[in-house]
Amino acid sequence: MRVLWLDQYDETQHAQVGGKCASLGAMIAAGLPVPPAFAVTVDAFKESMRQGGADERLKDALRSIDISDVDALRSRAEEIQAIVRSVKPAPALADAVREAYGSLCERLGTDVPVAVRSSATAEDLPGASFAGEHDTYLWVRGADAVLAKMVECWASLFTDRAIAYREEMKFPHDAVFMSVGVQQMVEPRVSGVAMTLNPVNGDRSKIAIDAAWGLGESVVSGEVTPDHYVIDKIVFEIVGRTVSKKELEVVVVDHAVMRRPLEGERAEASCLTDDEVKAVARLARKAEKHFGRPQDVEWAIDGEAGAPVVHLLQSRPETVWSNKPRTSVSAGVKGGLESVVSTLLSPIRVRKP
Amino acid sequence: MSKMNRFSSPFDIETPPGGEGWQDLYSSHLLFSEDRKDYEESQFWFRDSIHWPRVITPFDVTFTEYALYSLSQYNSRHYMVPPALGVDFRILNGYCFLTPVAANPADIEGRVPHFMERAGFYYQNWNELYDKWMVKAKDVVARLEAVEFAQLPDMVDLEVVTSGAGKSHMYDHTRSYHALIDMGLELWQYHFEFLNLGYAAYLDYFGFCKQVFPDIPDLAIAKMVAGIDVDLFRPDMELRKLSQRAVELGLGDRLNSSASFAEVEKSLQESPSGRAWLAELEDAKHPWFNYSNGSGFHHNDAVWADNMDIPLSFINGYVGRLVAGENIERPTAAIIAERDRVTAEYTDLLDGDDRANFEQKVGLARLVFHYVENHNFYVEHWGHSVFWRKMRELGSVFVQQGFFQEPDDIFYLKRTEIPDALMDMMGAWAVGTEPRGKYTYPKEVARRRGILEALKKSTPPPALGVPPEVVTEPFTIMLWGVTSESIQTWLGGLSNDGGLSGFAASPGVAEGPARVITDSNDIGQVQDGEILVAPLTAPSWAPIFRRIAGTVTDTGGMMSHAAIVCREYGLPAVTGTAFATQQIQTGMRVRVDGNSGEVTILGGP
Repeated sequence: MRVLWLDQYDETQHAQVGGKCASLGAMIAAGLPVPPAFAVTVDAFKESMRQGGADERLKDALRSIDISDVDALRSRAEEIQAIVRSVKPAPALADAVREAYGSLCERLGTDVPVAVRSSATAEDLPGASFAGEHDTYLWVRGADAVLAKMVECWASLFTDRAIAYREEMKFPHDAVFMSVGVQQMVEPRVSGVAMTLNPVNGDRSKIAIDAAWGLGESVVSGEVTPDHYVIDKIVFEIVGRTVSKKELEVVVVDHAVMRRPLEGERAEASCLTDDEVKAVARLARKAEKHFGRPQDVEWAIDGEAGAPVVHLLQSRPETVWSNKPRTSVSAGVKGGLESVVSTLLSPIRVRKP
Repeated sequence: MSKMNRFSSPFDIETPPGGEGWQDLYSSHLLFSEDRKDYEESQFWFRDSIHWPRVITPFDVTFTEYALYSLSQYNSRHYMVPPALGVDFRILNGYCFLTPVAANPADIEGRVPHFMERAGFYYQNWNELYDKWMVKAKDVVARLEAVEFAQLPDMVDLEVVTSGAGKSHMYDHTRSYHALIDMGLELWQYHFEFLNLGYAAYLDYFGFCKQVFPDIPDLAIAKMVAGIDVDLFRPDMELRKLSQRAVELGLGDRLNSSASFAEVEKSLQESPSGRAWLAELEDAKHPWFNYSNGSGFHHNDAVWADNMDIPLSFINGYVGRLVAGENIERPTAAIIAERDRVTAEYTDLLDGDDRANFEQKVGLARLVFHYVENHNFYVEHWGHSVFWRKMRELGSVFVQQGFFQEPDDIFYLKRTEIPDALMDMMGAWAVGTEPRGKYTYPKEVARRRGILEALKKSTPPPALGVPPEVVTEPFTIMLWGVTSESIQTWLGGLSNDGGLSGFAASPGVAEGPARVITDSNDIGQVQDGEILVAPLTAPSWAPIFRRIAGTVTDTGGMMSHAAIVCREYGLPAVTGTAFATQQIQTGMRVRVDGNSGEVTILGGP
C-alpha cells in the first residue's frame, strides 16, 4: 500500500503513516472537522529509497556524525539530502499519488490547493514532539508539484536540525522513516494554535489560544505576536484576553503564499470574536477528550464573519507539562478544619477579571 | 477627577443644608465623636449600601444594630474566629458605614484552638444543628405573628374582669412592644449562628479552587455548590405555579391585564374557578409572599403580601408568556445535571491529595451553602415583614390617639423613645386626659421627616478614612464585595469617558436602553429588553429577570444575596461598579459585558 486515505486509517497503520498523519487519521475517526487528506506511506518511501541503492548510501553517510561542528554538520546534511533528491518516486507510487490527488480535485475543484506535510515515524510522541523539525509546503497545486514537494519532505528528514535533534534525543537515524501527508488547504480568515492547558502554569482547566489573521504560519513561526486568549474548558468562560498589534498576515495572493503588512484597525483588532474563541476551544477540548491527554492543536477558521467554520489542522500531545510530575497544592495542608483556619489567617485575594 | 490615596475623614463630612440636627435622630454610640476620635480616624470605613441603600430612619437603625452586633458577637466571642473581631459601624448623614475590626495579632494564635473546637463542632453536627435552627427560626416568627396591638377601648371587655386576668392594654402594649423588640434581636442572633462559618467554609473552598485552577471563573466555583431546592427562590416558584393554574382554570385574560389587585380580586370572586384560584393564592401568600422588594432592612421596602399589586404584576408577566406558548418551569433537572457535570469535570483534572481535598471542600461548601442561601428568606424576608407589620399595628394605635398622621410615622422615633411615647399614651388613656404627645409628636415627626429628606439629597461617599493597602478581611470581600480594586475605583471617582467597571458577576453581553431604579418600589417600571441599573438588586426581583437584557449594580459582593440570585437566573450582570446609578440615566443605551466586567454608555437618551 503506497497511498492511504486518512478517513480509512486505523491504529494498526501508525508505523505506515507517521505521527502527523496518524493523528489526522485519528482526528477524522473522532468526527473532528479535519480537511480531507491522504498519506504517502512509509513503505512507499522505503520502496523509492531502495531504487539504485540510495538507502545504502544514506546509511553510510549517516555514520559517525559530529553534531557539535555546525559547519561540518550542515555540509554533511546537504550531501545526504542530495542523495534523497536524486531519487525519483517509484513509478507505481507516482501513479498512486496522481490518482489520489485527482480524486481530491474531482471532489473539490481543479488544482485543489493542498498542504504537503512531513509525517515522520518518530514524531508527535509524548516525549519528543519533533515540532518544526521537518518541512511542510503550503498551497501546493497540481500533481507534479505535489510529487516534487513529497520528495522535499523526504529530504527534510535529513536537514541539519533534524539530524541534530535525533542525536540529542537518541533516536537512531536508520530507524526513522518519512510518510507524507497531502491535505486540502482551507484559506483561513484567521488561524492559530491552541493548547488544552495553560502553558504558563500547567493549569489543566484552561485552554490557551494564540490567533492571528490569515494562515497560521505567522503564529507557528513566531513572526507575529498573536492575540492570546485563555478560556475555562469546563464552563467555557473567557478568563484572559491579550490583543496585540499584529504586524503582518500570511495570505495567498495569486496562488502564492505571501506576507502582507498590516496596519491600523485590523492590526490592532481582536482577530477572534468571543463565539469564535469558544468554538476553537470546544474543538481543542474535543480533541483532548478523544486522545485522553492534553493536546497542542493547530486550527483555522474560514467562512463568513457571522458563520465561521472552524477546521482542525493538527493535534499532537502537549509535551512540556504532561511530562512533569504534577505539583500538588495540598502539600502541608492537613485536615479540613485546619485548612479553614489557614484560609482565614491568610485570606485569598479576589481579582476582578 | 484625580486619584487620591485616601477618603475624607469622617470628621470632615459636612451636613447637607436642611439636615442640621440629624445626629439627634440616632443614639450617641452610633455617631462619630471626639471621644473615640483616635480609633475612628485610624479605621477604614466603607458604606454599606447593600443592606441600607437609603437614609435610615431612627427606628430602622434597630436592625442595623441587631444585625452587625450579632455578626460581631459570633466572630469575636462565640467562635473565636482567629484573625477577626467584629464589624463596627457608624451612622453619618443617615447612612451606614462599616469597619471590620481585626483581632490583636498577639491573640490570634491563642484563638485558634478555640475556633477549631467550636467551629469544628458546628461543621461536624451541621445538619442536626441546622434542623434545630429551622425550628427556632420558625418559632420566633410564629411568636412575632402572635403579637397584637389592639386599639384602646373606652371600657375594657367584661371578660377581662370576669376571667380574673387582672391586667389589660397598658400592660399588654408595653409588654408586647418589648417582646417584639427582643424577638427582633433573637431572630438576628440566630441569623449568624451558621452564617460566618458558612462563609468561612465557602471561602476555604473558593481559595482552594483558585489555587488548583488559577483563573477559574467565580461563577464556576459558585455553580458547583448552588442549591437546587432553595426556599429563597420559592416565592418566585409560587408565582409560576399560580400563573400556570390561572391559565389552566381559564383565567388568563383576567390576570393578563393592567387592573389593580383589588379589581382583579373582585372580578375573580364572581366565578367558582376564580374563587378556587384566589384560595390557592391565599395559601401561597402565607408565608411565601412575606418577601421584600428590597433588602428588607428599610421599613418601607415593599413586601409582596402587603402590596399585592407587585406579585400580581409578576403573575401578569408569566401569564403573558404562558399564553404566548412559552414554558416558564424552572429546568431543575438541567440545573442539577450541569452542576454535576461541572463538578465531575473539574474533579477529573485532579489527582492524589488535590483531588481528595477538592472533593472534601466541595462537600463541605455544599453542606453549608444551603444555609447561606436559605436563611435570608426566614430572617430578612419573612421575619422582617412580620416585624414591620406589627410595628405598623402599634403605629395605628398611636394614630388613633392623635400622636401620628399615619402608622409609618412610628419609624421616625428611635427604638428607645417609643417606651416613653407608649407610657404617655397609655397613661393618658388610663387617666382619661389628653396625652402630651398629641401636641409634640406630629411636629417632631414632621421636623425629622424634613431632616431625612434633606439627607436624602446628599450623595454619601463610598468610604471614609485611610484604606488598607490590601483588603484581606474575608467577610469584607465575600459579603460586601470590597476589594483592593474596588477601593481604587472609588478613589478614582467618576470617569469622564462614560465607562464603568465592576465584577463580571454573570457572563454574557447585553445591549439596551437603561432603566435606573434607585427605589426598589419602582421596580414595576422596568420594560422588556431594558438594562436594569440599580444600587443593588433584590432576590424578589427575580420575576423580571427574564424580561430584562442585563443588569448593572453599584454594589455587591460575590456572596451577597443579589449575586446569588443573578447567577441562579443566568442574567448577564456587572456588579460593584460604584457609580452606575449616578453615571447612567434612564433611556441611555448601554452595553453590559458580563464576561469582562465592563459597562459602556453608547449614547444619550
